[in-house]
Amino acid sequence: MTDGPRTSLYDRHAAAGARFGAFAGWQMPLHYGSPRTEHMAVREACGIFDVSHMGQIEVTGPGARELLSWALTNDLGEVGPGQAQYTLMLDDDGGVIDDLIVYGLLDRFLLVVNAANVAACLARLMERSGPEADVADRSREIAMLALQGPAWKDGLASLVSTPGPLNLEYFEVTEDGICGAPAFIARTGYTGEPGVEILCPWGQAPRVWDALTSGEHPATPAGLVARDTLRTEMGYPLYGQELSRDRTPIEAALTWACDVADGAFAGCETLRRQAADGTPEKLCAFTLTEPGIPRAGAAVIADGRTIGTVTSGTLSPVLDRGIGMAYVERAWTEPGREVAIDIRGTHKAARIARRPLVDSSPKKG
Amino acid sequence: MAEEHYPADLRYHPEHDWLRLDGDEAVLGITWFAQDALGEVVYFDPPQVGATIAKDTSYGELESVKAVSDIFSPASGEVLAVNARMTSTPELVNNDPYGEGWLIRIRLSDPAELDTLMDEPAYRAYLAGLS
Repeated sequence: MTDGPRTSLYDRHAAAGARFGAFAGWQMPLHYGSPRTEHMAVREACGIFDVSHMGQIEVTGPGARELLSWALTNDLGEVGPGQAQYTLMLDDDGGVIDDLIVYGLLDRFLLVVNAANVAACLARLMERSGPEADVADRSREIAMLALQGPAWKDGLASLVSTPGPLNLEYFEVTEDGICGAPAFIARTGYTGEPGVEILCPWGQAPRVWDALTSGEHPATPAGLVARDTLRTEMGYPLYGQELSRDRTPIEAALTWACDVADGAFAGCETLRRQAADGTPEKLCAFTLTEPGIPRAGAAVIADGRTIGTVTSGTLSPVLDRGIGMAYVERAWTEPGREVAIDIRGTHKAARIARRPLVDSSPKKG
Repeated sequence: MAEEHYPADLRYHPEHDWLRLDGDEAVLGITWFAQDALGEVVYFDPPQVGATIAKDTSYGELESVKAVSDIFSPASGEVLAVNARMTSTPELVNNDPYGEGWLIRIRLSDPAELDTLMDEPAYRAYLAGLS
């Protein structure tokens, strides 16, 4: 397991005792010994994730806004300088190419996309970029760290050049210095806790990591396993599990991230039709009401038949019970509905639940 | 997490399970290698007390966040006891795989089966051959 690209923090992870695994081809830290401890550190104090494997695509030029208004589902009119937005890139029939965050910066847009979808997102944008918009892949130039947890400000405060990052509203982004390195710092994240994501030059990431994991308020290094249990507790979708080319945002309960009424983005006709007629299946979250751990691919059972399929499943460290998400026949997606999950031949009782499944919010603080 | 070690008084099965003989009974568990491969264990699905289990077949499951692993029996017999502490604190198997992290106790139905198991040096050699 020694092939595959590494981030600039590989040696830091190895020194911290990381167990590595391949994710979208990258050698990433799965955990540093105890995913459960890392998960709870994020919920209760502050954790830090290396997410440098994710892609960064820069779009500039007078035609940038028009290009992105075609490519992305959410209303780009709301994205001015200093604003981030969760949005999706669809193909012509409404299937999801990626879910991503678009950052409005002073003179350009930056898209942060899933590691596995960088090529697909670039290709899609290149279909329409033309002479008025430049599309550049800056993934290997920009490192990204996620600092997440209620105590996120404690360690960051002494490292930033101005108080700007500490006063960001949810989904705002600012340019600042961190440990003397230029950085974009955004109040975004994938854990359900308040915190920031820090984008800095690839080679500067070790210095920033060292500063944030030491001192009086060191953040706890957290790996991809904890990242997955945290986002599942929040009911956040993961591309490749909840989202794919075979699913639309309407089915995935992401209508809120699409300008269905007024948008002219690629795929909008399909979305308008689905928003009006409904879809046969819809994404929902569930908790088990007896011991067990649901897994992706498991059947959801009700009425003596299969009514859906689990897309993500795990044991929630906070709830201490099995949780997950599934695509389920629309009639069964109402929170409170009692169903069962077929776990390797045994039907375990479960209940459809509202998201988030835990009492966390990234907007606090 | 425990340091890598393989007690000399145990017998070992190629599926990385151990057996400690106690008269005509035996205590079973998984080896350091198995818990290390599995990662932090979050769930133990044991057999019922009174159940009959057969050598080389799975008698239960251990789960980490990312994986489900069958537990293979080094010997045949009747389940006399299940480690209840493993149900409430499954990570015991990571911290102390041969002590507090024991899984089940059985009454052996065919003690001659033990002759097919490896001793500690043989198991270490077996592990070396796997890498």
